[in-house]
Amino acid sequence: MKTTLRVRRFDPEADPPMGYVQEYRLETEPSETVLDGLIKVRETLDDSLALRCSCRGAICGSCGMRINGHAALACKTKVISVAPADGTIEVEPMHNMPVIKDLVTDMAPFWSKIRQIQPWLQPPGTAPKAEYTASPEAMTHLSGVMSCIMCGVCVSDCTVLEVDKTFVGPAALAKAYRFVADPRDAATLRRLNALNQPGGMWDCTRCMECIQVCPKGVAPMDRIMALRANGMAAKVPSTCGSRHAEVFTDIIKHKGILDEPMLAVRTFGLKHVGRLLGMVPMVLQSVFKGKVPKSGPLHRPIPGIHHIQRLFKRMRVKS
Amino acid sequence: MTYAFFPGCVSKGACPELYQSVMQVYPKLGIDLNEMTTASCTGAGVLQEKDPKLGDVLNARTFALAEQQGLPIMTICSTCQGVMSQANHRLTTQPQYLQQVNGFLKDEGLAYRGTTTIKHFLWILLEDVGADTLRQHITRPLTGLRAAPFYGCYIQRPTEALGIDDHPDRGKSLERIIEILGAEVVDFPGKTRCCGFPILTINEKNSLTMVATHTRDAKTHGADIMVTPCPLCHLNLDGMQSKAANQEKTAIDLPILHLPQLLGLAMGLDAKSLGLTRHLISPESVLAQATLAL
Ligand code: SF4
Ligand code: SF4
Ligand code: FES
Repeated sequence: MKTTLRVRRFDPEADPPMGYVQEYRLETEPSETVLDGLIKVRETLDDSLALRCSCRGAICGSCGMRINGHAALACKTKVISVAPADGTIEVEPMHNMPVIKDLVTDMAPFWSKIRQIQPWLQPPGTAPKAEYTASPEAMTHLSGVMSCIMCGVCVSDCTVLEVDKTFVGPAALAKAYRFVADPRDAATLRRLNALNQPGGMWDCTRCMECIQVCPKGVAPMDRIMALRANGMAAKVPSTCGSRHAEVFTDIIKHKGILDEPMLAVRTFGLKHVGRLLGMVPMVLQSVFKGKVPKSGPLHRPIPGIHHIQRLFKRMRVKS
Repeated sequence: MTYAFFPGCVSKGACPELYQSVMQVYPKLGIDLNEMTTASCTGAGVLQEKDPKLGDVLNARTFALAEQQGLPIMTICSTCQGVMSQANHRLTTQPQYLQQVNGFLKDEGLAYRGTTTIKHFLWILLEDVGADTLRQHITRPLTGLRAAPFYGCYIQRPTEALGIDDHPDRGKSLERIIEILGAEVVDFPGKTRCCGFPILTINEKNSLTMVATHTRDAKTHGADIMVTPCPLCHLNLDGMQSKAANQEKTAIDLPILHLPQLLGLAMGLDAKSLGLTRHLISPESVLAQATLAL
């Protein structure tokens, strides 16, 4: 089929270094991937095009790039599955990391964040005589997160990294979960405390971009949510994030429906009274504009709340 | 077409104008709503941070209640929709899990068989009401109004649970509606990104940067207004926009409309009855320019 690859290129040697878009027209087979197309470009049309690849089978994690606005592995993306009727596909380097040349990005910031979470097993005391053992169930639970191939695709499309480079990011947090949930690791509490700091597990905005784009089904955001649950269960010092989740849950338990003013007051509390006061102008304006329901700012419990409360109770007993 | 209507906490709380506008438009579209007054909050992904299974049990209860009535659920919030779609996906693809969850529901006299469908009003407009019927109800096409779509994460991702893999049109549904209503779609990079609301309490700076980026981008691309099917996005994009503009030392002033409000305007309803006077960023002057005076 007739295919046009519109490639965002970057030439670091030009003076000054410059970015531009170049179009390559070529024929592709239905079975071919975007990576096959790019290799064809390099072999037959333009050998100056820089890209990174190795396994061509979604194993090595080196061909991450943005295809039609979303990060993906080029070797796992069929041309036919992404080409619109006119056959034009947009290809760009991954976001949230510096570009070295064309489609090749600098993974150094990625690796430094992975190192930041101490991605190695920290078992207790002296080593046992034989090997460290773990139950098959525990390891099966971890197999999903262990299939991460460190491609950087999730990092490329992370919403928070786009506005804040200090966020540890989806890949590193998924990796952190891999050790927090490993029964052989003894540093769980220390890890959770470290992740509880600004830029850590509470900074994710739950946008699900990482779940959507990850080529290996690692579901980084789900791991981040599991880290939060583990942190709350381990009673690491509360943050505005953890109090928000605790108070939210408590309000649903008592009313079945959310009271937003109550959520704000109890989340910030006296400790962050400044944040509450900061909301006053917005709240006053909302009241002035009539953004308060007729029944008043706080709800009565929903009819049938006793069912909800019994479910809460039953769930707690079980767990 | 009758639906079990799940309004969600925010339309009953901080965005009463959303509930109000849905009440105005739905009777004219041949839709009947049976409001689910005994259903609990979906958990909004927040309760799930603490206990994901509890979230699934609460939502399974809601699905079972709708199933008893034999009705599909209608939502008016991207977040309600996404959280429910994800829960339903887990329950309907893992029979053992469904059984386990039903174990908790049993003593409430409920069992979920996995047959409930959950649809956002946005999808209902296109899939059930249909573009042709919708066009018949448009008495005042929004000609000349440039509208930027803003979806909300939960109605865009993950595509599998939302049924977008099977109904690809859902991914572009907001643009379709804007076109049908006679307005002009303003495409901009942020339309499927996060509004920042979930991190407002933990990292206000990042949250407001997101608000400023998207509203400013939409405006730079020529938008008069932004339209969203998510009241949580609305709370941040409208409610926090002034603060976001201050933080970024800029002026933005982009009115954010709820989807049913935009629809209502095209159906000839007056702006006040659609709750358009209840926004923090007033749409008054923009709508006046488009001769849709408040
Ligand atoms: S869900 Fe969280 S970690 Fe994943 S892309 Fe969004 S902000 Fe980043
Ligand atoms: S989590 Fe997925 S997207 Fe992220 S680095 Fe690992 S394999 Fe790649
Ligand atoms: S080339 Fe190895 S993952 Fe694509």
